[in-house]
Amino acid sequence: MRISNGYGPRPASGGFEAFSWYFIRVSGIALIFLVIIHLLVMHVTTDVACTTFQFVASRYANPLWRLFDWLLLTLALLHSMNGLRVIIDDYVPSLTWRVRIVSILGILTLAFFMLGTITIIAFQNVPASLLGPHCVQFR
Amino acid sequence: MYKGQSGMWAWLLHRVTGVGILLFLLIHIVDISLLGFGPAVYDDGIRLFDFWIARLLSLALIAAVLFHAFNGIRVMLIDFLSKGVHYQKIMFYIVLALAVVCFIPMAYFVIAPAVSNFFHLAAAK
Repeated sequence: MRISNGYGPRPASGGFEAFSWYFIRVSGIALIFLVIIHLLVMHVTTDVACTTFQFVASRYANPLWRLFDWLLLTLALLHSMNGLRVIIDDYVPSLTWRVRIVSILGILTLAFFMLGTITIIAFQNVPASLLGPHCVQFR
Repeated sequence: MYKGQSGMWAWLLHRVTGVGILLFLLIHIVDISLLGFGPAVYDDGIRLFDFWIARLLSLALIAAVLFHAFNGIRVMLIDFLSKGVHYQKIMFYIVLALAVVCFIPMAYFVIAPAVSNFFHLAAAK
């Protein structure tokens, strides 16, 4: 029986569930800053239609922006996949299916993490990009 | 239908916005990976963000992010402050109010360039 000590519920069984519980909250705090800054840079200080290759190149000339984006990628993926795991635990009663679905989730996480990391690390400016448009239009 | 109280709606909205943001994130990782194919391909992809449907979806995303972030702070306050749960209802209304207040200026910045382009009011930078 779990006796309330006035604080919120946290996993009593310790181990991975407790780590996941703390991780979601701690990564959530970091993500608040990462995501808000990301939204401000992409939508407020610049129109989104002006976030062209040139724009990315000028940001990624400074490796700290690459680090920022990579942290955003990693923490967002882990935070959201963990949240999705909690949702699946809520709605899938069968252990076998939980194992299968969460395994697929893990593989997806790895795949998207690799794709994003490679994009950020391997990005190189191309001299021809300076000739391209500064902003694009849909029509 | 079971009409629950504020706590249930907060929990439900938190889940729905979370899954919504995740789905966007997965698409976003793929579209940014177009960077690997050079400026011509990438800029063509960025063109899609200027489409009015994309701008409206961006608004939905910003609203989802703001609610999920502020409600997440509310969840942590409930978890880590001993009196937190007593104020959960008030905090939920504060979360909603903050989300709306922060959404309005962001919506302006997302919609304004499209409006000015449509009416050719300002020269593109």
